[in-house]
Amino acid sequence: MAELPVRLTVNGETVEKTAEPRMTLADFLRERCGLTGTHLGCEHGACGACTLLVEGAAVRSCLMFAVQADGLDVTTVEGIAAPDGTLSPVQAAMRDCHGLQCGFCTPGFVMSITALLRDNPKPTDEEIREGLSGNFCRCTGYQGILAAVHQAAETA
Amino acid sequence: MTETATAPTPPTRYTGSRVPRVEDGRLLTGHGTFVDDIQRPGMLHACFVRSPFARALINEIDASAALALPGVHAVFTAADLNPDVHEQWYSSYGPKVPDTPRPPLASGEVRFVGDPVALVVAENRYIAEDAVELVEVDYEPLTAVADYRDAQTSGILVHPKYPNNVAGGLAGPPPQVVEAAFASAAHIADETFYQQAYAPVPMETRGMVVEWSADTDELTIWAATQTPHEVRAFGARLLGLEPERVRVLMRDTGGGFGQKVVPMREDMCVMLAARKVPAALKWIEDRRENLMAAGQARHEHGHARIAFAADGTILAAGIEHTQDIGAYPTPWPVGAAAAVGLLFPGPYKVPLASWSTTSLFSNTAGRHAYRGPWQFESVARELLLDIAARDMGLDPVELRRRNMISRDELPYPNPAGMPPYDHSSPLETFELALKMLDYDAFRAEQAAARAAGRYLGVGTSTYIEPTATGQEYYACEGAVLRVAPDGRMTVIVNGGSSGNSLETTVIQLTADALGVPFDNVDTIQGDTAVTPFGSGTAGSRSGSATAGAVGEAAAALRAKLAELASPRLGVPPEDIEVADGRAQVRGSGQSSGQSSGQSLTYADLAGPDGVEASATYTAKAPMLWSNATHVCTCEVDVVTGKVTLLRYIVGEDVGPMINPNIVEGQIAGGTVQGIGGALLEHMVYDEDGNPLASTFVDYLLPTTTEVPHIEYGHMETPAPGPGGHKGAGEGGAIGAPPAVINAVADALSPFGVKITNLPASPAALVALLTEAGH
Repeated sequence: MAELPVRLTVNGETVEKTAEPRMTLADFLRERCGLTGTHLGCEHGACGACTLLVEGAAVRSCLMFAVQADGLDVTTVEGIAAPDGTLSPVQAAMRDCHGLQCGFCTPGFVMSITALLRDNPKPTDEEIREGLSGNFCRCTGYQGILAAVHQAAETA
Repeated sequence: MTETATAPTPPTRYTGSRVPRVEDGRLLTGHGTFVDDIQRPGMLHACFVRSPFARALINEIDASAALALPGVHAVFTAADLNPDVHEQWYSSYGPKVPDTPRPPLASGEVRFVGDPVALVVAENRYIAEDAVELVEVDYEPLTAVADYRDAQTSGILVHPKYPNNVAGGLAGPPPQVVEAAFASAAHIADETFYQQAYAPVPMETRGMVVEWSADTDELTIWAATQTPHEVRAFGARLLGLEPERVRVLMRDTGGGFGQKVVPMREDMCVMLAARKVPAALKWIEDRRENLMAAGQARHEHGHARIAFAADGTILAAGIEHTQDIGAYPTPWPVGAAAAVGLLFPGPYKVPLASWSTTSLFSNTAGRHAYRGPWQFESVARELLLDIAARDMGLDPVELRRRNMISRDELPYPNPAGMPPYDHSSPLETFELALKMLDYDAFRAEQAAARAAGRYLGVGTSTYIEPTATGQEYYACEGAVLRVAPDGRMTVIVNGGSSGNSLETTVIQLTADALGVPFDNVDTIQGDTAVTPFGSGTAGSRSGSATAGAVGEAAAALRAKLAELASPRLGVPPEDIEVADGRAQVRGSGQSSGQSSGQSLTYADLAGPDGVEASATYTAKAPMLWSNATHVCTCEVDVVTGKVTLLRYIVGEDVGPMINPNIVEGQIAGGTVQGIGGALLEHMVYDEDGNPLASTFVDYLLPTTTEVPHIEYGHMETPAPGPGGHKGAGEGGAIGAPPAVINAVADALSPFGVKITNLPASPAALVALLTEAGH
């Protein structure tokens, strides 16, 4: 199948590559850009593991084609910590609160929480639970994750 | 035990504290290494052609169109791969058990929807999936055994060599042992409980990259696994290679919970096919495959009985258990089921018990291990106790108090054939959890709510579980401890962490054993070329086993350091104490880490080559008993059947905790999996054997909107093992389902509703309420 040019910004860097029209944004980032932090847990938009930011909006990258991101600004989990490696408040809170175990769903949660707190810096517990109900975790029972969102909201 | 009493033990600094995890930095920033992150030069991609029928003959497979697609390298069928199997058995059971069939690819007949029929290899995953669509398989559909409960009467055989679809059975004391007690009982509780199929569902599906190096006869496997050394041993046997020619690597595995404890049929196929292709071969399962074909667990029923004296004292208990093992269980399922019968008496004073278990094939996904594989014993017992209490007009808590074993009554015999219970605290965790709830206050709140037309309920579940088995294969764990020339330490163990936090755990243990700062210790895990043997993360064993391995390797290292220090300190090695990061003459009282004429740091002793010591720990106790009580409260909407969990309390005893964060994380994760099993998760098949829950739209996992806040109450009764630590990995998944179901049943008790079928879905509850005339 013919490949089309794709030009986008990923974590602040301009990326110019090609992709088949059917290649998902997730696969494009993982295979063409070497950014394997975006994980695929279901490939049908249910589990949220592949969540990233497109033009600032939290998006499931398994449901978007790379060619649809042409000309857009994408932020992946690799672009969340400070350039010197300092964890973002969300990442630090996840670590402090034991918000991750196997770490496979974690990038999706980091991205969803980052977007959630940007849009609603002081969410209620109910708003947090609603906001994260599209991200699955099978290890933590969500206990540490929910605690981390509260902590990140309080320290921000 | 005497070893730890005589060896110099450094003061504990990290064990028992909430040390942040070393794994987190890479995982939070997207720099973990999961199997799908592995890239190799020229790597090819595998995808399976799977059966759309639950049972059918395979007349013909035509791969010509698939092979004609540009980018397709090969299409393998059973005729290509199955004859290459050299030996196929699992180390935990050995080659002599009467194992069930396990061909790599289906040959002649498919036996469940999802049964792998052919393996397509292509230059990328997209083309491989295209080619799968082009493989023409001529099937002749046959009537299937869609439900194991029909397996003995349907006249259809899943495997021709197993009459009535019985894979095997085991039995403990026969029913005659308890008949007199039942005949004289003042009250008998007698129910048949059914539990639906559900599964581990790790967020990372199964996967493997296998690279064959024909020039050197070496096989390298990158795996999503809980047991790197077992993948190596199994792969070597499968292909007829020396184990030393097989190297297995894993860094991050995205959850396992039993599903990744041993290689399965697809893993066998990828290993076999890798020798027939010119580059590394990657297989990453997709979610539909995972829910359709990776396997199922929990699907079983049991006729459970308990006989009571007039005062509620238990006289005898019995269970006849039957489990679904699907078409291709992994590993041999018959033996593991014995634990259901053995543990059915639970942490109660039960004088007599009888049990039996039967394993039945069906044309569904194969049964495999799942976190507390025997948990049906707790489901059946704890549900039956609540039903009995209601029938006897007793509060379920009071009935339990009259029968539960307390710490000061230990050791206490198990009447079903287990060694006696010991070093645990069933009644104590029960009272702790009830106190945390304020049980009497809840009962008052419940009464007030009922008067207002709201239905609240409380349920408890108390279990005792054998962890960290001393059974031969799982008893072993090796460790290597290395001091670098600059004094930095490295601890090397097998690993197999799939979220179990084993890196942090062994660094804590090592830092304490050698008296060095946590940040001065690194760990290497998950590479069979450099790690000693260990049997992986299974059976709630890793905390205890790695504590044993690190402890023994540290003792060996201290002895070596004392020998090295001896000529320089001018005293014999036995007069040298190695602790707190230094070797010094016993009793000379130097401050930590400072060298002087009387004291040398590890860096002083390491020299240019460093110092290293290794040891293999073998568990001596047959098992370490962990126990817990789960207490759940809920509200049930009696119109919609919706269950809202209100409070969730776990009073537990896993002995001294190495890291309370990690223990609580294990409890929470297991508990929420159990909540999912009680209320949501259901691997449904239709009457033809078609799976109806093969996406996350149909297979419902708990999310943030369903889970309660979990409260923990810790008790620490040490076990006769390293550090006194007991296993913590599985208990949550055992204790949660009965606590939740009992809470729901308690909420609905005014309607006379009895719950004996799981899950308690809204539809099921509405049906029960309707049946009860509501």
